Order: sequence, then structure tokens, then C-alpha cells
Amino acid sequence: MSPAWRCRTEEFAMADYPDNYQYTAEHEWVSVDGDVGTIGITHHAQDELGDVVFVELPEVGASFEQNAPFGTIESVKAVSDLYAPVSGEVVEINEELVDRPEIVNEDPHGSAWMVRIKFSDPGQIDALLTASDYQALTQE
Amino acid sequence: MSDIRQTPLHNWHVRQGGRMVDFAGWRMPVQYSGLMDEHVAVRGRAGLFDVSHMGEIRLRGNDALAMVQRLTVNDASIIEDGQAQYTAMVNDEGGIIDDLLVYRMAADEYLLVVNAGTTAKDYQWIESHLQGDVTIANESDDWAQVALQGPAAAAVLSRVVELDLATIGYYRFVVHQYGGQPAIISRTGYTGEDGFEIYLAPAQATEFADAILEAGHDDGVIPAGLGARDTLRLEAGMMLYGNDMDENRSPIEAKLGWIVKPDKGDFIGRDALVRQKTEGTAERIVAFKAVGRGIPRHGYTLLDGQGNRVGEVTSGTFSPTLKEGIGMGYVETALASAEIQIFIEMRGKSVEARTVKPPFYRRQQ
Repeated sequence: MSPAWRCRTEEFAMADYPDNYQYTAEHEWVSVDGDVGTIGITHHAQDELGDVVFVELPEVGASFEQNAPFGTIESVKAVSDLYAPVSGEVVEINEELVDRPEIVNEDPHGSAWMVRIKFSDPGQIDALLTASDYQALTQE
Repeated sequence: MSDIRQTPLHNWHVRQGGRMVDFAGWRMPVQYSGLMDEHVAVRGRAGLFDVSHMGEIRLRGNDALAMVQRLTVNDASIIEDGQAQYTAMVNDEGGIIDDLLVYRMAADEYLLVVNAGTTAKDYQWIESHLQGDVTIANESDDWAQVALQGPAAAAVLSRVVELDLATIGYYRFVVHQYGGQPAIISRTGYTGEDGFEIYLAPAQATEFADAILEAGHDDGVIPAGLGARDTLRLEAGMMLYGNDMDENRSPIEAKLGWIVKPDKGDFIGRDALVRQKTEGTAERIVAFKAVGRGIPRHGYTLLDGQGNRVGEVTSGTFSPTLKEGIGMGYVETALASAEIQIFIEMRGKSVEARTVKPPFYRRQQ
């Protein structure tokens, strides 16, 4: 585990949430590129879960309604559902998570993305949280 | 519940970056650098745990041994001064009130080390059964306790206390001193590694913990929390009171028959346990590993090959050492032996598991 993620100062947390991502109260992020969104879990979520040991993802081609569970993530101490931040069809999954689930702890907002979903209702994106809204939520 | 309590090491935990949670009425560190880091440190080097939440109850007097014999299932008459014994207190039906360590301090003095969440209950139970020349003292507030566990534990501890630790065998202890105050150094633990549990005056705990980390710095000794303590004990096949044992389970069902000694004479629960030993019990605890990906968790349902419910997971985790899901739980006795296929209902899915003979992990000697 890299020393960087052990650092839990406010400064690190503030700097760590990309402004160009959207966030959900279920601790997921979405990075939008046209009609496709890349989805992962937040730094806060991985920190709460602790050492991630399994990530179970859907098949490419599967469709999910907004807020429906699309997979699960397990750490040593807990298991959690992954919820679709928006409705749509899975067009790609991150196969690397099968063999290297620990990257969720190391790089939650980057290489540990989980799925790419083609939006069926792009309007849902606008209702998601901004980086500052999300951080306010996690600091409540 | 009364207020949440803090151990004498509370500020030390905060300084070390401990993530504090409520456990058994105490504010305790669940982890510092990370559960996996801490688990690996204990298996390969050493980790320092605060276990000050544990309770200490002292019995003194000419009838102290008779009292211990009446209250516990093991035969305390066979241990010598400076020796500890793993045992249990049970009720008349054989249900486990607590599992504990009995330390023989002297022929007429025994120290009982009990679980945090059961200390008050245990004290009342013992007090209500006192007979003869014996006094009881709840010393739980008078002791801090830390555990230094791992292959480097003896080397590191020897730099902090002036004692020849090689003379302290497994389940033996020495009454020593630290900072001018009494200290008990005991070669016991709850991790499956070599190591020590050290009982200290509360005022000395912080200095001692700092001294251990400093003396163990080059050996990679780090503080370890309750999270790693739980994964370490489960890999070692050790049960946790409240999860794997409670008043509705007997030592026989918990496969602790080896600590039940009916030949020592009468004790509370003896008749029930003798009957269970001869007639058997409907259920027993069993250890299992998930086949493939899947992590047993406390409360998950256990199924047989036909999908019938046969029990429940009492403890489960991902094993950091074995890299697979491990657990234990009570099942009907026919299924409670090794190499049997069972299934675990995990969030709506039935996942195959295989029963195994514990421990899951045994250290190299």
C-alpha cells in the first residue's frame, strides 16, 4: 500500500476529488465522456472499507436502472454493494480488478475504475453531486 | 449501556493514527496503518495490541483453588505458581458464561483474566458463588494490558524489560516490575504467533508502548488494532466469546472438550457436560473455507448439498495469509467434521465451502 493513501489530512482529501467528476451519496464517482460514463468508488469509500480483496463486476451488455446494485466489493472486514449512479448499459469492465483488487485502495479515482456505462438517460448526470458537495457530505 | 470507556492508552492510539471504534463498551483502535499491514506484521515481525479492555478478577484465600475448581471446567489443581491455564466458566446447563485464563499467582491466589464485555457479569457470577476462606477483587481498572505478538516479540521485549525471556515457557508468566510498578509478563496470546501479554500499572502503559515501538523500530514492529486481532485469531482457529461461544453453547458443542475435566471432582455444569460428552450434542462447531471467491461473514446461513439450512456463520473473514475466505459456525454434528461439502448463502447466492480441521494457519516452529 502506498504511503500516500495513509495520509488522511483534510488537505489531501480536498485535493483528491477531481472537479470534473460527478459523485453520489453512495460514494461512487462518474467521469463523463460523451454518452459514456466511467464509474468507480471514492477515496472516502475505499478508506472506510479498508483493504479491498474482491471486486465482482457485471457482464458487458448488462443493463441497470439508476440506483440498482451492479456489483459487489469486499474488503477483509466488510462487503458492500456497488450501485449504478445512472441508468444504462455496461460497455466495458475493468478486468484488472479481478487480479489486483488492491488498486481500489491505491488509486480509487484513476486506474481502479470499475465499469463504463452508456447512459440511457443523460439527464440523470446533472442531478449528481459536485466534488465540493460530495466532500461536504463525507465530512458531516 | 453505561458510558463508553477509554483505556489508559487512548491518547497514544490517537497519536499513532488509530481509527477508534466502540467495542464491548470501550473505545478501541480497529486499525492504524491498515488491517492487512498489521496482520502481515504480526505474522512476519511483531505487532503491539492494546488489550486493556480485558478484565482481571483476583481470588485470594485458603479456599481460592477450591473456588476456581468449582467455577471453571478445567483442572486448575495441575498448574504451578507462574503457570496459566485456558478454561471456561459454565452455568448449570453447561452454557458458556465466559472463556478465560486462570493465572496461579500462589497456592492461595489466582488471577482470572476475562473478556471485556463479560467482566461485570463474571464478577457477579463468581461473587454469588463464593464460599469459605476466599476474597474477590475486581482489578480490571488497576491493570493496563498490551500484547506483543509475532516472531520478533521475544527479541524486542528483551530490550525493554530486564528478564531472561527464554526462561518463560508457553503459558508461563513472571511477576516483574516496570517503571517501579508491578508488571506481569505472560507468554500467551490470541494470534497463533509466539508472543507475550504484559499487564502493567495504567500509568506506565504509554511509556511501555513507546519503549516497545522504539526498541522494535528496526524490526518493523507496529501498533495493531482489533481488526487484525480478529483475522489473526480466526486464522489460528481461536474462538471469540459472544460470536463463537455464548450461554447457549457448551464447551462440548464448541469442541472445547479438551478443557473439560470431569475427573477433577464436582464443578458447576459438570453433570450437563458429562451427559453431553457421553450422549453427544445435536450441533457442533466446524471450521470451513470458501471454495473460490467468497467471504463468509458473521450471520450468513450455512446449507447442506440439498439447500437445507444447517447452521449459521459465527465468525468469518478473508484470510490475509491464505488469501481465501475462512469461517466457523455451528452445524448438525454429522456435518461437523473435516472434508465435508457445505454451502454458504452469501447475499442470495449459494457458495460452495469445504469443512476443514482447524487451525487454518499454524506457525513454523
